[in-house]
Amino acid sequence: MAEPDVADFTPLTAGAEKQELSRPSLSYWQDAWIRLKANRRALTSLYIVIALLLFTVLGPWLWQVDPGLQDLDQISQPPGTDRRAVIVEDYQPWYGESGLTDVNGLHLARPATTQAVRLKWDVLPGASGHRVYRNLFPIGPELAFGVPLAEIYDNDTLYFEDRLDLRPGIYYYSVVALDPDGQIIDSFETIEVQVQRVTTREEAVQRGLIASDSELGIGDRILLDLHPLGTDYLGRDMLARLMAGARVSLFIGIGAPLLFVLFGMAYGSMAGFLGGRVDSAMMRFADFVVALPFLLFMILFKIAFGIGPGESGVFPMLVALVLLMWPATARLVRGQILQFREQGYIAASRLLGARTVYLVLRHMIPNTLGVVLVTLTFAIPSAIFTEAFLSFIGMGVAPPTPSWGSMSNEGIKTMLTHPHELVFPALFISVTVLAFNLLGDGLRDALDARMRNQE
Amino acid sequence: MWLYILKRLVQGVITVWFIATATFFAMHNVPGDPLLNDRAVTESIRANLEAKYGLDQPLARQYLIYLGNLARGDFGISFTQENREVNDIIRHHFPVSAILGVLAVVFAAVGGVLWGALTSLYRNRLPDYVIMFLVILGISVPSFVIAALSQLALVNLNSLVGHTVLPVAGWGTLSHMLVPALVLGLGTMAYLTRLMRSSMLEVIGSDYVRTAKAKGLPATRIFARHQLRNAILPVITVLGPAIAAITTGGFVVELVFAIPGLGRFFVEAVQQLDYTVIMGTTVFYGAFLVFMVIVVDVLYGIVDPRVRLE
Amino acid sequence: MTGKPEIQLTEQNFTRRAGRQLALYAVYSLLALIVLVYLLSLVSGGSGLSGSAIDADSNTITISLREEPPQLDSGRATDAASFVVIAHTMEGLLGYDDNSQLVPGVAERWEIREDGATFWLRDNARWSDGKPVTAHDFVFSWQRVVNPATGSEYSFILYSIRNAEAINNGELPVSYLGVRAVDDYTLEVEFERPTPYFEKLAAFSTYYPLREDFFNSTNGRYGADADMLLYNGPYVVSEWVHNASMRWEKNPFYWNDKKGFLDAINVGYITQDVNAKLNLFKDGQIVDTHLVAPMLPSAMEQRWHIQLFMEGTVFFLEFNHRDGRLTDNHHFRKALQLAQDPAELVYKALKEASYLPAPSLFPEFIQGVNGPFRKEYPPPEHRLNLAEARRHLELARQELGLDEFPPLVLLSGDTPVAMVAAEYYQALYKKNLGLDILIDAQIFKQRLAKMTSGDFDIVLAGWGPDYDDALTFGDLFASWNLNNRGRYNNPRMDELVRIAQSSLDPKTRMDAFGEIQQLIYDDAVIIPMYERGWSYVVDPRLKGFKRRSIGPEVDYNYAYIDVDGE
Repeated sequence: MAEPDVADFTPLTAGAEKQELSRPSLSYWQDAWIRLKANRRALTSLYIVIALLLFTVLGPWLWQVDPGLQDLDQISQPPGTDRRAVIVEDYQPWYGESGLTDVNGLHLARPATTQAVRLKWDVLPGASGHRVYRNLFPIGPELAFGVPLAEIYDNDTLYFEDRLDLRPGIYYYSVVALDPDGQIIDSFETIEVQVQRVTTREEAVQRGLIASDSELGIGDRILLDLHPLGTDYLGRDMLARLMAGARVSLFIGIGAPLLFVLFGMAYGSMAGFLGGRVDSAMMRFADFVVALPFLLFMILFKIAFGIGPGESGVFPMLVALVLLMWPATARLVRGQILQFREQGYIAASRLLGARTVYLVLRHMIPNTLGVVLVTLTFAIPSAIFTEAFLSFIGMGVAPPTPSWGSMSNEGIKTMLTHPHELVFPALFISVTVLAFNLLGDGLRDALDARMRNQE
Repeated sequence: MWLYILKRLVQGVITVWFIATATFFAMHNVPGDPLLNDRAVTESIRANLEAKYGLDQPLARQYLIYLGNLARGDFGISFTQENREVNDIIRHHFPVSAILGVLAVVFAAVGGVLWGALTSLYRNRLPDYVIMFLVILGISVPSFVIAALSQLALVNLNSLVGHTVLPVAGWGTLSHMLVPALVLGLGTMAYLTRLMRSSMLEVIGSDYVRTAKAKGLPATRIFARHQLRNAILPVITVLGPAIAAITTGGFVVELVFAIPGLGRFFVEAVQQLDYTVIMGTTVFYGAFLVFMVIVVDVLYGIVDPRVRLE
Repeated sequence: MTGKPEIQLTEQNFTRRAGRQLALYAVYSLLALIVLVYLLSLVSGGSGLSGSAIDADSNTITISLREEPPQLDSGRATDAASFVVIAHTMEGLLGYDDNSQLVPGVAERWEIREDGATFWLRDNARWSDGKPVTAHDFVFSWQRVVNPATGSEYSFILYSIRNAEAINNGELPVSYLGVRAVDDYTLEVEFERPTPYFEKLAAFSTYYPLREDFFNSTNGRYGADADMLLYNGPYVVSEWVHNASMRWEKNPFYWNDKKGFLDAINVGYITQDVNAKLNLFKDGQIVDTHLVAPMLPSAMEQRWHIQLFMEGTVFFLEFNHRDGRLTDNHHFRKALQLAQDPAELVYKALKEASYLPAPSLFPEFIQGVNGPFRKEYPPPEHRLNLAEARRHLELARQELGLDEFPPLVLLSGDTPVAMVAAEYYQALYKKNLGLDILIDAQIFKQRLAKMTSGDFDIVLAGWGPDYDDALTFGDLFASWNLNNRGRYNNPRMDELVRIAQSSLDPKTRMDAFGEIQQLIYDDAVIIPMYERGWSYVVDPRLKGFKRRSIGPEVDYNYAYIDVDGE
C-alpha cells in the first residue's frame, strides 16, 4: 500500500471529473421505451398500429382508386375473380325479335352475356300464361325451378329478357305454364345457359381500360379493372373503401378519445388542484354524466344533433363520444393530482417560489401522463366498437361515407353469398381493437411498475 | 352506515333528475315530428293529436308537467303504440332484458373466474394459450358478428341433428335464453378472465400464499381459501358496472335473436321518434343504473370489511 | 405413494390438486347455473310458444309478424301489421275472396247509385260475444272515424260520404254524416260526390264496424289489448303478449264457412329481421318467410319452391316543385329524368329478383276498363338519352341564369334499400350530368317532417294502394292532396283528377288516368324507380296462403293444412 502524499489532498478542479455513471441516465420515457421494447406482444401491436396509420394515410396515395366509383360490371366480386371480358355492342331494348326462325321450344335469341339473357319460347301445352324462372342448380326431380323472374298472363308475349345481376357462369332457365288463375300446371321447359362476361366499348373507354382510339372492337377480349380485395354491393373497390373507412373509423376511434382525454385531464387537474367546494361540485357534475346510460344517449345525441344533407355524421358522433366519455379520465387525473399535491417535491418546488400554473404544468400533469396514455390506448378500442355498434343498428355515419362499422353492417346482409364483404371490415376492426388492447397492456406495464402484472 | 345510504339515495334522486332533464331537452331538440305519418292528416286532426300529447303547451310548461308526472312515476302514453302506457311497456319488456342480462352476467362471472383461475394455474402452458387466444377473440370481434355467426351455427346444428336442439330466435323458454345470454356475456367474460388471471398471478406470488405453503397446508385449501378467494375480490368490484352495461347493452343480441326486450324497443322508438317511450326508457334505465351502483357499493362495503362506508 | 405428500408440495403436484379443485367448482357452478336458468324460465313472462310451424293434430300454424301492431282499432289503424291482424279478426261490408275478387262480407248485397248507396246486411253475422252485427255498428264506427277528436289518419278515405270532410275539419257535428241505419240490417249512405268505386272503399278496414256499447265499456282503451276488442271476423285474438307473441283462435260465431279453416294461428315471433325469420323458417318454426336477394342462392340450394308476389307499392324520386327550387324548373327535371334508367337501378344496384323497374306511377295490377290498365294505356316508353338530357340541362342553366348548379339535396330514408338507391343516384348524376348530390338520410319521422316542410330537392318516396282503383294512385299529384309533398301544382292535373274522381263512365275515367300517366312523364313530375315485390317461400304443407296488394300483405284466412301436400 502506497503512502499518501500531498498530491492526494489537493482539491479536484471543478467540473473536471464528475461522478462517473456506469450507465447513461434514463428519463422516465426512455425507461418506459426500453421496457416496452422488451415486450414482444406490445411491440408487434405497436407495429400493427403504425401499419394501420400508414394504411390510412399513405394507402390512398398508393392505391389511387376513388372509393365512391361504382363499377357496375363487377358487383360484389370476391377477390381474385377472373377479369376477362368480351366487348359487345351497347345495350339496345329488345321486343322479342330474333334472327333464328327454325328453332322450336325454349331457346336463346342470342348468346347469353352478363348484359342480357334473351329467351324465346313457344306456347306450352295447356298454358294461358307463363312464368319464367332462373336457377343456379338443375331443377331436379323436385321441380325446384328457382327464383321466379316474371309472370306473363297471356300467350301473346313469348319472350323474356333477363338482366338481373347476371354473373359469368351457368344458369338454368325454366318456363312454366300457368292456368287462368295464375297457378302453375305440369308443363314446363328448361334450358342450361352459359353466361359470358362482357362489357361495352363505351364503358371500357370511360373506365380507361382502353384508349378511345384503340383498335379493339366488338368481339375482342379485355381485362376489367383490378380490385385486389374485391368489390362491394355497388361495385366499389373494397380496398379503397377500407382505406376511406379507416379514415373515418380511426378518426373517431383515435380523435374522440384524444379529445375527451384532454378535456378530462384539464377538468380533472383543475378540480384536483382547486380542491374544496369547487372540487366536489365539479366531481358531482362528472358523476351525473357518468350516470347517463351510454348507448341510449349516443343514439339520442345522434338524432338530436341531426345530420344535414351531405354530411357524414362523423363530427356529431365525435362530439357525442366526448360529451359522454370524459368523466372517467377526469376522475383518474383528479385522483392523481390529489396524491401529488401532498408530495415532497411539490412542497420543495413551492418553497423555491414556483407559481401554481408552473406547478401544474411542470410537475403534476407530466406525472399523470403515463396513466393518461394508458387510458387513452384502452379508450380507442371502445370508441371503435361504439362506432361499429351504432352503424350496425343504423345510427352510424351517413352514406356514402364508409366506415368499418357501416361496411360490416352492409356485409352482414350478404354474409352467406359474398362473405368477403363482411370478413374484411370485421377483420380490420378486430385487428385494430386487438392491437390497441395489447399495446395498452404493454404501455401499462412499461409506464407503471406498480400496475405491472407478473408474467 | 344508514346515513351513508341515505346520502347516496338523495344523490341518486338528483342524478335521476339530471338524466330526466338532459333527456327531455335532447329529445325536444330532435328535428322531426312524431305525429307525422305516411298519410298526411288535416289541421284539425293534428291539433287534436297535439292536445292529446300535450305538445300544444309551451316547452317550459311541458317540462314541468313531465317532471310532475315523473315524480308520480308516470311516463305517459306511447306515441306509436297508442293506448299503451309507457309504464306498461317497461313492465312488459324490462324483465326480459333483465333476465337476459342477469343470465349473461352470471355466465360471464362464473366463466371469467373459472377460466381465469385455470389459465393462471396452467400459465404459459397449452390451456393458458388456448384460452387467452379465445379471450382475445372475444374482446376484439364485434358483438354483432358473433351474434349473427352463432345464430347461423344454431341453424346448422339443428338441421344437422334433424330437430330443434336450441331455438334460433324468439323468447319464452329456458332454451331460448341460453345462446343469446352467452353471446351477450362473452365480451364481459373475456374481460373478467383477463382480470382474474392477473389478479390470481398477483396473489400466487404474495407472501401469505408462500407462508401457507411453508406451513404445509393442503394444496386444495391454499388454492381455494388463499388464492381464489383473494383473487376474486377485484372481479367483484367490476361486476356492478358490468351488470349495468350488459343490461342496457343488449340491443344487438335482442335485435339479432328477435327478443322482445327493452333495448330493441328503444331502438324502434327512436326510429319512430316516440317521445314518451324514449324519455321513459332512458330515465328508467338511468335510474336503474344509478341504484345498481349504490346497491353494489353498499354490498361491497358489507362483504369487504376493509372498505368503510362513509 | 408417499406417506407425507403435503411436504413434497412441488409445483406440478400443486397444480394437479388445485386443478382438481377447480374442476369441482366448475361442476358446482354448472349445477347452480342449471337451477338458476330453470328458476329464471319460471319467472320470465314469455308464452313459451316453441311449437312447430305446422301442427296438424291441433290444426294450428305458427307465423311471424313484421311489427307489433300499435293497436287493433280498425278505425285508426295505419300500418301493415295492424292491417294483417284486423283482416283476420274483423270483417267489413265487403271483402276479397281467395282470388282477390270483391265478395259480400257483412253485407249480403248492395247497390251503388250516383248520389248514394244502400247495403243490405246479412242477419247471421255476429260479434264474438254472440250479438248480431247491425247497421248501427257501421254508423257508429264511421261517425267516430270522421270525428276529429278520434284523430284517425285514414279518415280521408271516408270523404266521399256526405259532409265527412266538413265534420273531419271540425266544421259540422258528427250527426251530419251522410250515413244512417234504416233498420238493423239496412245501411243507407249519401255521397258528397258521385263515387262509382265506393264498393271498393267499403272493403277497406277503416270502414269496418264498431259496436257502441262495447267501445264505451273500454274507457278509451279500445284496441289496446286482446280483451279490449270485439271481433266479427274468422278469428279472435285470444292472447296478446305485447312485442312478443299473439294467438288467434277460431271465432265460433263467425258465419262464413269458406274462411277460417284453422283452429288457431300462433304469432310466435314479432321481428323485422329477415335473417332471423329465414332461420326460423329453416328451423321449421314458422310457415312462411320472404327472401331478399342474398338469401336466394341458399334457397335454391335447399330446393325450395320460391314464389313471387307484386305488392303494388311504387317507389319514385319525387321532385320539390315549390317556387325557388331548381327542381321547379321543367328542363332541369327533364334532364334528370333522361339521364337515368330505372332498369339499371333495379338490375345492377338493388338486385332484388322481385323488384320491377317502374315505367309509370300506376303499378301492374291496376285494372283499366276491361283488362289491365297498363295494357290499355301503355306507359310512355323511356330510354336513357344523355345527349337530350344534357341539352335540357343547358336550357335549364340558361333559364335559371346560373353558371354552376348548386348541389342538390336528395332526401332519403335510412332503410338499406333507400340507402343503396341514394348512393346509386348520387354516383349516376355525377357521372352523367356532372351534378353534385348531397344525400340526406333521415329516420322515418324526420324524413316525413322534411318532406312536409319542403326541405329537399328530390326525395325517395313511395306510394302503396289503399283501395282497388286507379284513383288510389291517380289523385296523388292533385294540388289539394296533402300527400303531394312536392307541392306539384298544375291546373290540367287537377282537372283530370276531378274527372277521374266523379265521372260515372269507366272509359272517361280511365282516359283521364291515361292522360295523368302521360302528363307525369312529360312534365317529369316524378321519376318512377321500381315496383316492389317479394320473393317468398311457404311450408309446402300449408295450402291456400295468400299475399295481397290490397288489404293485408299476408292472408291466412283461406289457409289450411294438407300434410301430404309435399
